[in-house]
Amino acid sequence: MSDSVAFFSEFRATDLLFLGEAAGRTLLISAVSISAGTVLGIVFGWAISASRFWGVMTIGTILDVFRSVPLIIQLVLFYNFFPIIGLNLDPFASGAVVLSIYTAALVAQVARGGIEAVGQPMRRAARSLGMSYWQDLRYVVWPIGLRAVFPAWVGVALSVVKDSALVSVLGYVELLRASQILITRTQEPFIILAAAGAFYFAISYPLSKYSQKLEERWAS
Amino acid sequence: MIEIKGLHKYFGELHVLKGIDLNVAKGEVLSVIGSSGSGKSTLLYCINGLESIQQGEVIVDGVSVHEKSTDINKLRQNLGMVFQQWNSFPHLTSLENVALAPRIVKGKSKSEALAIAEKQLRHVGLGDKLTNYPSALSGGQQQRLAIARALAMEPEYMLFDEATSALDPELVGEVLETMRMLAEEGMTMICVTHEMGFARDVSDRVAYFHQGIMEEIGPPEQIFGDAHSEHTRKFLANVR
Amino acid sequence: MDYNFHWRPVFKKLPDLLEAGLLTLEVAMLSMIIGIVIGLLLAISRMSGPKPLRIFATTWVELARNTPVLFQLFFFGFGLGAFGLHLSPYLIVLVGLSFNNAGYLAENFRGGFQAVPDTQLRAARSLGMTATQTYIRIIIPQVLRIVYHPMTNQMVWAVLMSSLGMLVGFRELSGETQFFASQTYRIFEYFAMTALIYYVIVKIVLGVSKLAARRLFRY
Repeated sequence: MSDSVAFFSEFRATDLLFLGEAAGRTLLISAVSISAGTVLGIVFGWAISASRFWGVMTIGTILDVFRSVPLIIQLVLFYNFFPIIGLNLDPFASGAVVLSIYTAALVAQVARGGIEAVGQPMRRAARSLGMSYWQDLRYVVWPIGLRAVFPAWVGVALSVVKDSALVSVLGYVELLRASQILITRTQEPFIILAAAGAFYFAISYPLSKYSQKLEERWAS
Repeated sequence: MIEIKGLHKYFGELHVLKGIDLNVAKGEVLSVIGSSGSGKSTLLYCINGLESIQQGEVIVDGVSVHEKSTDINKLRQNLGMVFQQWNSFPHLTSLENVALAPRIVKGKSKSEALAIAEKQLRHVGLGDKLTNYPSALSGGQQQRLAIARALAMEPEYMLFDEATSALDPELVGEVLETMRMLAEEGMTMICVTHEMGFARDVSDRVAYFHQGIMEEIGPPEQIFGDAHSEHTRKFLANVR
Repeated sequence: MDYNFHWRPVFKKLPDLLEAGLLTLEVAMLSMIIGIVIGLLLAISRMSGPKPLRIFATTWVELARNTPVLFQLFFFGFGLGAFGLHLSPYLIVLVGLSFNNAGYLAENFRGGFQAVPDTQLRAARSLGMTATQTYIRIIIPQVLRIVYHPMTNQMVWAVLMSSLGMLVGFRELSGETQFFASQTYRIFEYFAMTALIYYVIVKIVLGVSKLAARRLFRY
């Protein structure tokens, strides 16, 4: 019996490579989305807190939609929407765009919290020293606000790493999709899933513990 | 009667009570004074079993508090306690605060428990606050609520742990007045307090605690007028 | 743009979609109820259980929080197949979401318990209440208030997470949508409608929670 006819086959060494590459894709799309989403989110958060009424009414409302609709629905929706407006994006690009906007919606909330954590008296004090608006943002709001919400941002970033698994619905072979493929072939669900789970855990657990430590240290 | 015999209490390495011997008779009002850290509050917690003890014995009406076989929850019904932080239950109205324990600990019917609660709240002058939540009450009112809550269990003894220390000065009076009323009704009371006026005017005996030792005990006139111990005199000179 | 939108087939299926939306709400709500009960037990175990129980609870909480929900669903879906255990799609989602909810809620509850002052416990015990009575009558009601807002958020998450049912063959709102979409190729229209339905469900959950809070917490 030749290898090619065997639908089910044993777990092979090359499969490890396959899983490894997929894990790399998980990290890649996460890194891209977290970076872009964070920058966007900070801008949105700043815009919302800078012009309370209009900020909340416009950007706030739109971002709220992204937090109130399942990510998987957003992914399918935009993947099918891009061609309609003439954009032909591959699964990675579509996934990265949607995941970035989704991240931005979460980060905007965090950023807004950070800016509001600084408080008016402090900002007035900064302005009274003759700092410009931008100097105040750069030298007062940024360092203080960052410290206030950095742990929350780590939480958002980690949730994006985990949520990136959903991009598999577009056919992007990240770690969980790769696991599924291997499971179908090898019929070894437990081992393969355990390996995939361990990968996410190994990233998420230490970082979340670290940010918890930071939070405790900074709180006291 | 409350009998305390050779009581020692440690918090880890810290020796908080160093051999206390003390009897409190029915109907007596005892004030316990001393600087913070002298072990006087811990004494109260040992009496109703909220703290364990390492040596000695506490006996309430012939029942040894720290004996394993003692039903501590039953015993505590007879020992009302009022705390420094008034500890009203924030999620219950005044009436519910007071009625809860009679209902679930003593097994009274709901209407019975509510009747008791209303009676006790009127007793401490909160008749017009029955349906208010604690958040709508002042500190003094909350402390009186706590007193009513303890009284609703119809205890024979009341333990007061610095009941007025956390209150704003203008609210101290109303709580002391309630305590004085209880004393006049013949309640047996042990009051850990910083209110020297109360200790002098209301109590039958005053005990001075110093570094885990009961330095001196006697009638108020003697403690405040003619203390035997150097420590007691120094303490009293400082608090005045 | 030469795409012609066709909304009519979507509107025709709207009653089916709304019914599937009810199924989504049902599974989310059930998973919350189970999650709250288990989450409370996990939190109490972590704080005052014997060591083996503490390790078990900690493992549960950390696994739920540090792996993707989809992974958790896959695990209950075909990971358990390794032990000959096969759950129905409905159960996969219910068990998976309950597992996840319990883990996140346990952490919220732990914070809630720590926020209730020790002195409340002392006051209750001094009245002769047993430890159990104190927990049920005094501590837990206060904890529930503290964690009410995070709990509402978790309910919203449960609604959103249940959409993963689509990937394990469960015909809740997303699964149903995918089924119709694949029949008609009107993928965009169907998913746009479904996005709207989710948005409305989430707003209803938040609104009901706000109203309930007004009745529940008068203090």
